[in-house]
Amino acid sequence: MEKFTTLTGIAAPMPLINIDTDMIIPKLFLKTIKRSGLGANLFDEMRFNQDGTEKPDFILNKEPYRKAQIIIAGDNFGCGSSREHAPWAIADFGIRCIISTSFADIFHNNCFKNGILPIRLPKEDVDKLMDDASRGANATITIDLENQEIKGPDGGCIKFDVDPFRKHCLLEGLDDVGLTLQKEDKIQSFEDQYAQSMPWMARS
Amino acid sequence: MGNPRTLFDKIWDNHLIETQDDGTSLIFIDRHMVHEVTSPQAFEGLRMSGRKVRHPELTLAVADHNVPTSDRSNGIVITNEESRIQVEALEKNVAEFGVPYFAMDDLRQGVVHIVGPEQGFTLPGATIVCGDSHTATHGAFGSLAFGIGTSEVEHVLATQTLLQKKSKNMEVRVEGALPDGVTAKDLVLAIIGKIGTAGGTGSVIEFTGQAIMDLSMEGRMTVCNMAIEGGARAGLIAVDDKTIDYVRGRPMAPKGAAFEAAEKYWRTLTSDEGAVYDTTIIIKADELVPFVTWGTSPEDALPITAKVPSPSDARDAGKAGAIERALAYMGLEAGTPLNEIEVTRVFIGSCTNGRIEDLRAAAAVAKGRKVAEGMNAMVVPGSGLVKEIAEEEGLDKIFTEAGFDWREAGCSMCLAMNDDRLAPGERCASTSNRNFEGRQGRDSRTHLVSPAMAAAAAITGKLTDVRELLKEGN
Ligand code: SF4
Repeated sequence: MEKFTTLTGIAAPMPLINIDTDMIIPKLFLKTIKRSGLGANLFDEMRFNQDGTEKPDFILNKEPYRKAQIIIAGDNFGCGSSREHAPWAIADFGIRCIISTSFADIFHNNCFKNGILPIRLPKEDVDKLMDDASRGANATITIDLENQEIKGPDGGCIKFDVDPFRKHCLLEGLDDVGLTLQKEDKIQSFEDQYAQSMPWMARS
Repeated sequence: MGNPRTLFDKIWDNHLIETQDDGTSLIFIDRHMVHEVTSPQAFEGLRMSGRKVRHPELTLAVADHNVPTSDRSNGIVITNEESRIQVEALEKNVAEFGVPYFAMDDLRQGVVHIVGPEQGFTLPGATIVCGDSHTATHGAFGSLAFGIGTSEVEHVLATQTLLQKKSKNMEVRVEGALPDGVTAKDLVLAIIGKIGTAGGTGSVIEFTGQAIMDLSMEGRMTVCNMAIEGGARAGLIAVDDKTIDYVRGRPMAPKGAAFEAAEKYWRTLTSDEGAVYDTTIIIKADELVPFVTWGTSPEDALPITAKVPSPSDARDAGKAGAIERALAYMGLEAGTPLNEIEVTRVFIGSCTNGRIEDLRAAAAVAKGRKVAEGMNAMVVPGSGLVKEIAEEEGLDKIFTEAGFDWREAGCSMCLAMNDDRLAPGERCASTSNRNFEGRQGRDSRTHLVSPAMAAAAAITGKLTDVRELLKEGN
């Protein structure tokens, strides 16, 4: 997993509440054999017409938000089906951080597994950032995970909370697999002991 | 030697690498089976992070969900593009990561949960996982076997371990003996009918009692296969002579002195006298008759002698609503005797009932008879090897002479991911494990039954108490 330390980028304002995983990635795209490539269909129905042309009003179709790396969203982001395709699509598009007043549980967990930082903030902070974000390219936002700070374009600073263990994983770029691999010694000594006690379980 | 332990406790303890403060444990995985539907993103994850498969030799891959079951003598062509891409992705992945693979044209190809036991890849006392809920099947061998998600598939590929919290111990004790004409499938449908689809949630179910130990290994696999339909994490049955005899001589099982050492250990794989279960359910085998499902959940199981229920029979409003919806979906009227429900399709196969003994049971009913007018009855062996044995025994002849369609191995109409599916509104007696809405095709209607009951339905054109045909003789 890619490390998350400091991120400076354009933030797209999406003041909608209850953005669900069906909106994020419609079920049509679940038959894929990949977790990459889904960014092309992120927010597919909101972003494109039936004939595949862009809907000019959608935020990610406008400059400079085509290159957004952060989303500022309304309440309850990521509700609906548990599909891991939703964070896959978001990350593939290039978005690494989502800021909202609240997130659906499973989606929130799935974000951390895929190198995305979801930040919960009080409503007035989200409103402020939403406002900043709507100022476009003049309004890049910096997320400093180590110090748990968000720096706005006018120098303002907002503190945020994050679970220490999750923070550690993002800073180090550790997914569950990476974490388990850190226990290599324990796994290896288990395997050595096991090869002695249950030799028939091995296969050559 | 400490407190008495259940079989599940023993296997768990034996694979525990470490437990964190919050109870999350890292356990070692002995065997990992892989199929084409749930593995592509897992392999892709490995590739993106530059990781390897830690123990390819403890992994076994086979394509089953998407493979066609039509005649293979002129090669195998998957016409649906997405299905074909999934199988091709698996072939590319196993080659790149060095994972053993049975190709589609290999005699050993088949449904992953039939292949594992058949090859001796499945062993008593092992932890066995697969990105597939019916991995519970392998619990018949006294192994801890359960389904996992795609992120977990990647975790096992990379580390040969899994993060888990320990489940509860549940016992389903089946006392007495099953009457003639009543099979493992009827028994497990009766169990799910009794405990409900959430009855085993959070638990590993150990099936115990005389009726269970009387079952063949095939029958035990049928019971454990459907533990998941009862909501359980896994199903489990103690090791005995039948288990050991089944494993002995299988291609991937230990040989010679290694087998003898293993056998000594395997024989300890029973729950200790006095071991405590969190819950125990008791079923009386003697009272059972053949079971069928009438609705759209495996818990909608009733004796074939019963009638379609009415919403007014329901224990609460939620269930009443579910009955009403199921009746409408299934096109049934409350009060109809189950043995008057007409079917035009029959499916014999799947990881629940696609083993040789299942085909024998169906053939015994089909022998010398003819399928009903307008009936389309398919027999899909669980693996190429099952098919070969069946043909050596002449079962294929019995089926084809009776008007059944004899096919190649795969998941087939269990979930209709290949071309085998029901048309909207078609009604099928099926030996598979799920009767959910749309499971066998859009708007399909599924009645779950045993292989013998499925053959009986094919002959009479309606759900039928097979004991009547057995009485008549062939
Ligand atoms: S036979 Fe059916 S239940 Fe079994 S693995 Fe295949 S699709 Fe799943």
